[in-house]
Amino acid sequence: MDLKEYFSLVFNDYTLRTITLGTAILGAVTGMLGSFAVLRKQSLLGDAISHAALPGIAIAFLITGTKDTNILLLGALVSGLIGTFWIRGIVKKTHLKSDTALGLILSLFFGFGMLLLTFIQKQPNANQAGLDKYLFGQAATLVESDVWLMAIVTGLCVLVLLLFWKEFKILLFDADYTKTLGFNTKTIDILITSFIVLAIVLGLQTVGVVLMSAMLLAPAAAARQWTNSLAKMVFLAAIFGAFSGVFGTAISASQNNLSTGPVIVLVAAVFVVFSFIFSPSRGLLFKQIRFIKNRRDLELNKTLAFMHQIAETHEDISHPHTIKILNNFQGYTKGTLKKLVDKGFVQLQGNMWSLTKLGYTTAANLYNQQTDSNE
Amino acid sequence: MEQKIAVKVDDLTVAYNYKPVLWDIDLEIPEGVLMAIVGPNGAGKSTLIKSILGILNPIAGSVSIYDKPYKKQRQLVAYVPQKGSVDWDFPTTALDVVMMGTYGSLGWIKRPGQKQKKAALEALEKVGMLPFKNRQISQLSGGQQQRIFLARALVQNASIYFMDEPFQGVDATTEIAIINILKELRKAGKTVIVVHHDLQTVPEYFDWVTFLNVKKIATGPVKDIFNDDNLTKTYGINYKVSIQE
Ligand SMILES: Nc1ncnc2c1ncn2[C@@H]1O[C@H](COP(=O)(O)OP(=O)(O)OP(=O)(O)O)[C@@H](O)[C@H]1O
Ligand SMILES: [Mg+2]
Repeated sequence: MDLKEYFSLVFNDYTLRTITLGTAILGAVTGMLGSFAVLRKQSLLGDAISHAALPGIAIAFLITGTKDTNILLLGALVSGLIGTFWIRGIVKKTHLKSDTALGLILSLFFGFGMLLLTFIQKQPNANQAGLDKYLFGQAATLVESDVWLMAIVTGLCVLVLLLFWKEFKILLFDADYTKTLGFNTKTIDILITSFIVLAIVLGLQTVGVVLMSAMLLAPAAAARQWTNSLAKMVFLAAIFGAFSGVFGTAISASQNNLSTGPVIVLVAAVFVVFSFIFSPSRGLLFKQIRFIKNRRDLELNKTLAFMHQIAETHEDISHPHTIKILNNFQGYTKGTLKKLVDKGFVQLQGNMWSLTKLGYTTAANLYNQQTDSNE
Repeated sequence: MEQKIAVKVDDLTVAYNYKPVLWDIDLEIPEGVLMAIVGPNGAGKSTLIKSILGILNPIAGSVSIYDKPYKKQRQLVAYVPQKGSVDWDFPTTALDVVMMGTYGSLGWIKRPGQKQKKAALEALEKVGMLPFKNRQISQLSGGQQQRIFLARALVQNASIYFMDEPFQGVDATTEIAIINILKELRKAGKTVIVVHHDLQTVPEYFDWVTFLNVKKIATGPVKDIFNDDNLTKTYGINYKVSIQE
């Protein structure tokens, strides 16, 4: 199947439609929530939560003996939440830095989870195979009810974001100040963190423990590059996340069923790289272009200002001067002079130049202009 | 005539780890003063303000605002944090930050509307930042960011203002602009408490002063207690020369 075939099939084929919808919704909700993790500089949080969820999956299986996704994910949710609140507790009680606490919980829970998984695999029980799909995810196992669950959680998440938008925003920007205004910052924090845990747990089936945090970070990091408004950033992150899901699924389905989770993450990474290079205000490319353009403008202005100085010593502003005079001015190049001619600031006759009226007034206003444009 | 006490701190002791950074502080701040808190780096000035405002939990002691616990009087108090305490690359505009000052009176869930926007614009005008209202905050200079924080506190329309180093990194013009606003607040009967580092300007700007270095060294009118003795006790070196300059 190639890409074209995929897109013609996606609306008819039940499995393909389910998977595509699932990954799109997952990408949207993790992108949205990821914005908050990124802005709080808690990049490791997603990693810690997803790794902390692993023992929950194993324990849920050990207790119930079923491989029902919902039950296993419930286990993941519980251990993910426990891990998250331990992190908070450690930071609060011990004065360890938060990334230390995150790293600690991450490796502790993941290690324990792996231990349990190997233990389960050694059991003489035919039913045990396939739990390790939660490590890297397996989108193909998504069924309609999974997608419904994701959709409901996403809807709930959007609702909560809309309701508590102002509280989330102010907490992200200035937590101490938020406290002095009388808001219970702990409540706001727990609310947002719980949703992050929920979204991550929902993604485990599709993307897996190991790569899940990328779903949280990549769309948000990409979105940050394109806007200076929090609302737009969250919206864009949702869009980027959803597109990563759709394209990732499309590519993996059309290329001999490459593992979907990693492909989705790779697509999200492409969004990040593209954004870091090409975003107009923060991107590397435009920064460089702006830098070069600014330097050119500055050179032009310097030359013009210098000519203005010389011209001022004469009664007639259009008094012609030889080009040689400009030679002892270091900023002078033929190129800049040509550009000034193009702009109509300077007239060139042979190797004599003179300022035009326009050039003269522009030069006289150069400094005022610069202070104005700083406003 | 007895002056009302705006802020009263009793036996306040605060520690981050084991060693207290504030030790048994008693403090009474009368209504309507413009007070400087002075002390060396690490003296606990920021910690004192944060404890009064309930951002930190003290080990012992209590704080009251106009004779009632702080929690009941929150809406009477506004706060200007140290500028470095937030990430200025946060995706938002100057106006939006100032609007945050209205969130407290709005309470949970309710969105700011026209009334709040108008108040925010007025505050921006007062600090001379109106032309920058739609600027992304990362594109403001340090002094402009400081003014935005001041405007955000002004919007709160409080009776008591706590400001942590509002003059940090601002130029002479901005400093004068800010001090004029503070003096205006005092004229309107508000109480203003400012963490201040420039000892030379204390007598000129403030009428009340508290010396702090882990313990409270002294507190009272500038003209009575702003002297060499207290400065030496607080900073541990002789300040006579620098003050008389
Ligand atoms: N979050 C923290 N955790 C641990 N110790 C802290 C913390 N914040 C401050 N301290 C310590 O508490 C003491 C007082 O700090 P504080 O910030 O109140 O001083 P300050 O008087 O405001 O200093 P500055 O003039 O530098 O702003 C210092 O010794 C500092 O090291
Ligand atoms: Mg301080």
